[in-house]
Amino acid sequence: MNAEKTPGSPAAILGEGQLDPDALETVLAAPESRFRHDYLEIRDLRVSFDGFVAVDGVDLTVTQGDLRFLIGPNGAGKTTIVDAITGLAAATGSVRFGGVDLLGKPSHRIARAGVGRTFQTASVFDELTVLQNLDIAAGAGRGMRTLLRRRSGVPDDVAAAMETVGLTHLAATPAGILAHGQKQWLEIGMLLVQDAHLLLLDEPVAGMSQAEREETGQLLQRIGEQRTVVVVEHDMEFLRSFASSVTVLHQGRVLSEGTVAEVQADPRVVEVYLGSGSARAGSSGSSKEA
Amino acid sequence: MSGLWRNPTARLWVGVAIAAVVLFVVAPGTLSVFRLNLLAKFLCLAMVAVGIGLAWGRGGMLTLGQGVFFGLGGYMMAMHLKLADAGPGGVPDFMSLYGDGTVPGWWEPFRSPVFTIVAIVVLPTLIAALLGLAVFTRRVRGAYFAILSQALAAAFAILLIGQQKVTGGTNGLNGFQGFFGFALSDPANKQMLYFIAAGTLLVMVLLVRLLYRSRYGELLVAVRDQENRVRFLGYNPALVKAAAFAVAACFASIGGALFVPIVGIISPADVGVVPSIVFLVGVAIGGRATLLGPVLGAIAVSWAESSLSESFPSFWTYFQGGLFIVVVAFLPGGLASLGQVWRKRRAVEAPPDDEADDPAAVVAEPEPSTSGRSA
Repeated sequence: MNAEKTPGSPAAILGEGQLDPDALETVLAAPESRFRHDYLEIRDLRVSFDGFVAVDGVDLTVTQGDLRFLIGPNGAGKTTIVDAITGLAAATGSVRFGGVDLLGKPSHRIARAGVGRTFQTASVFDELTVLQNLDIAAGAGRGMRTLLRRRSGVPDDVAAAMETVGLTHLAATPAGILAHGQKQWLEIGMLLVQDAHLLLLDEPVAGMSQAEREETGQLLQRIGEQRTVVVVEHDMEFLRSFASSVTVLHQGRVLSEGTVAEVQADPRVVEVYLGSGSARAGSSGSSKEA
Repeated sequence: MSGLWRNPTARLWVGVAIAAVVLFVVAPGTLSVFRLNLLAKFLCLAMVAVGIGLAWGRGGMLTLGQGVFFGLGGYMMAMHLKLADAGPGGVPDFMSLYGDGTVPGWWEPFRSPVFTIVAIVVLPTLIAALLGLAVFTRRVRGAYFAILSQALAAAFAILLIGQQKVTGGTNGLNGFQGFFGFALSDPANKQMLYFIAAGTLLVMVLLVRLLYRSRYGELLVAVRDQENRVRFLGYNPALVKAAAFAVAACFASIGGALFVPIVGIISPADVGVVPSIVFLVGVAIGGRATLLGPVLGAIAVSWAESSLSESFPSFWTYFQGGLFIVVVAFLPGGLASLGQVWRKRRAVEAPPDDEADDPAAVVAEPEPSTSGRSA
């Protein structure tokens, strides 16, 4: 992943222990009663593109305090489900979060309802600085008068989010020259200041070093205590370390659901992941290859 | 000196002072009445360029139809001048010539100077805002938006030509005697018009600078580069883009309105497809994402056009086309990015202390991606 790092960028400075989960409390502070104990409830979700059924009747319930991982082979419909929740892909069925029906709403209204997402390829605003990125993420509710003025100082929630994701020392750095992992962290920071209560993360640790994964996982666990978090991930090691529950998808349907151990013991999962010739079913060594 | 150069506020006032001296002292003192009037015309075209810089450079909207808004402002001003020349209750000369000698109802309000000025500022802005909302909500962007805006310019010109009885047709509206009570034949009044144009342009540049440095300016760049990401943060990108498009339309309209008394004619040839593209050429050559690039580019290109076509009438078009190709191919950020490249090189030697405070430095990098996205 060194190729991702821009030569001469401050990425090299970044060592371990840069994330500061303690600052998280400040960002997540002021819990609003309407969001307490909210959960994501998906019923009979169907998405099809030109006749191809990408998601075929998925039911999914994720409660607050859960750190849910969505896994499955390529084409299982993981990202499509996230797209459907956030209004990017047209879908039928029902998606509710915090008592609000999300299906059919435009994306920006879904975001206003407390749903935030990241993308497989970190999509930050390359030409803007870390501070500007976070400030924009924090500002969807701003009025005209605030928008037309310059930013004076750093808003508290932005400062805390920057601290949480360990990018304070890079506040004035254009996001485009951040290392890959730092971009992912910036995206998580943007979700925090956006005040998302349902966080949908699409491969948040792709391209990260082992130490960075560890830190990110711990951060996600902390966030998951107070928010509803759904992670799409391929990395089995990461999943085993941090998932509190797992939903396995296959060809647009839910194949299995439960704790990591339960899912790993499920013969159908073993079948899908390892094919029929799986003598070592359930052993951690084999499922790592998934 | 370098400390002064780094401080954005100091740099602003130094820049304003230099611009004011050049525009209000040097130019009137050294140029003949004819040349000064020519410069005033270029300043009007530069107003359109400032708007294009905002909409295209910062907002990523390739506006190939600014002639529409330039024309709206120009024709509204021309209508008022024709009515004022005809006197209270009078009929503009061309109407008795081509039509039945009556003033159509929708011309009548333009007898009022106040109505005309308000309409010049408000009407194109409103049209652009509504059009922008409709188009951007449907996620029409990139080349499709460019084609749409260009088609509008073509349609507008055709409409003007077809309605000769009320618009003067191909000839347009011309032969104005006065400007809000001042005789246009008087050189002193011509100089006054130049000063009005120079002052207006200066105010526009300062307004755009305020916008660029505001949170809105940052948001606009964000929308340009990652529209979907902005959407998932809870913003409606259509609103953000429509606002910039409306401001650009307003500037173009004011430019067109001032163009009319300065040049003495507005015709479909000033508002159609070709002039709409030419507006863009200056902006691209100057550097669309910078503050001054579009202004200086537009003035320089117009200046070169008039002086080169004086000596080589048939040569100019090739030169302009060639320059455009060279800039787009080798310097996507425009000539303004030459300075950026140089400053960036220097910045590597001495780490910048507050580059983030200077959106021009941050945003105006000659990223090939920017041209690919909007062109």
